[in-house]
Amino acid sequence: MSELSVNHLLGIKYLNEADIQLIFETADHFKEVINRPIKKVPSLRDITIANLFFENSTRTKLSFELAEKRLSADVINFSAAQSSVKKGETLIDTVNNILSMKVDMVVMRHPNPGAGVFLSKNVKASIVNAGDGAHEHPTQALLDSYSIREKLGDVAGKNVVIVGDILHSRVALSNIFALKLQGANVKVCGPKTLLPKFITSLGVEVETNLRKALEWCDVANMLRVQNERMNISYFPSTREYTQQFGVNKALLDSLDKEIVIMHPGPINRGVEITSDVADSKQAIILNQVENGVAIRMAVIYLLASKIKQ
Amino acid sequence: MSQKVLLSEKEINIILHRLACQLIENHLDFKNTVLIGIQPRGVFLAERLKKLLLEEYAIPDVKLGYLDITFYRDDFRRGDKPLEANKTKIDFLVEDKKVVFVDDVLYTGRSIRAALTAIQSFGRPFEIELLTLIDRRFSRHLPIQPDYRGRQVDAINQEKVKVMWKEQEGEDKVYLINK
Repeated sequence: MSELSVNHLLGIKYLNEADIQLIFETADHFKEVINRPIKKVPSLRDITIANLFFENSTRTKLSFELAEKRLSADVINFSAAQSSVKKGETLIDTVNNILSMKVDMVVMRHPNPGAGVFLSKNVKASIVNAGDGAHEHPTQALLDSYSIREKLGDVAGKNVVIVGDILHSRVALSNIFALKLQGANVKVCGPKTLLPKFITSLGVEVETNLRKALEWCDVANMLRVQNERMNISYFPSTREYTQQFGVNKALLDSLDKEIVIMHPGPINRGVEITSDVADSKQAIILNQVENGVAIRMAVIYLLASKIKQ
Repeated sequence: MSQKVLLSEKEINIILHRLACQLIENHLDFKNTVLIGIQPRGVFLAERLKKLLLEEYAIPDVKLGYLDITFYRDDFRRGDKPLEANKTKIDFLVEDKKVVFVDDVLYTGRSIRAALTAIQSFGRPFEIELLTLIDRRFSRHLPIQPDYRGRQVDAINQEKVKVMWKEQEGEDKVYLINK
């Protein structure tokens, strides 16, 4: 098998295990490419990709753009803040206007869950979801699993805890789908107010004690507290959150094993993890960023190879 | 489907020795020369030549890399089957080096065209040569010819030349297969 089972990457939910392995194997090749003196291959020189960002992003947008350019695709960028969306244009109209300029693929981040799915049903182009509301962020989950695979050799059988704001997190949801698909054991940990009520129906366990969760796990994925998505108070204060769910060096050193610390970024230093943890050897946060480019190259390459001429 | 043997194990052995000697004539001690096996099938031939140069001609430390050309091919999205990549392993720079591409069969020349582009990612070589075990005459799509050839073969388009290696298929043989 050397072809994805899907024509769009809308979420991990729509992938199977073979797809994930194919993406990882392809990413291995691209990781070698981006470490060459000349970090570019000409594969996608006849493909044009539009990056539509209806929501702010630095890392993901840069990472996608770099991945596209390293594959030699033509890239156009669009951010909602400076566009006709402000004048009341609908999503389908906006995208169809862009597609009539002969665009083959759309990478989209949108504040509404399901925006990617909606688009894939209504326009003719390959859609890559770069985050849709609190729904999914598939490339982030892929690069997280890829980083675990790189660090620990395999994802299957590993114990992974996702700590923090599970309720508002598309990273958490995509990660749960991806990790379960690969046979990892998953726990979520955070204040009860930030854990969705039916989260256990996804096959994950809930742990409200951070210390117990860390003692159990091989990998801790520390999520950012998303203040911008909280219009009510979910916990009394940031200080209290840090005391209960923040990871510091003393806590890590008191464990009887060395666990791997991940963070999807941007980090609130001193809130979910302290600076000395973020900069420690156990943290693979910057490896995640590097792997992000390779994973996105793999996803775009594999989807592009399914676009018929 | 019928097949006939183009080269036997003995013939391949003689040819490999001749190719090694021809390489030595041009590159002497291989101090400034690197062999690049083209993935997937060229690497077996390249490894053989390296071994031969060491064991029979006492030339140690011949630099050898594997080059995968998948991402440089000109038929991306044109075939029915998706292109499958292989590993590239070049842990040296080719800047100012004499590069010898090694592949098993030279047919249309398109793989070598892709390899010429791909190798530039690792620096600017002083010169590039091409060594192939089998040269399929009169079938080139591009102006590319080998500098070292094992055997020239006239084969029509429906025919396929298949090179087998002990390491992979359990025998050293070259077949002409009529589909």
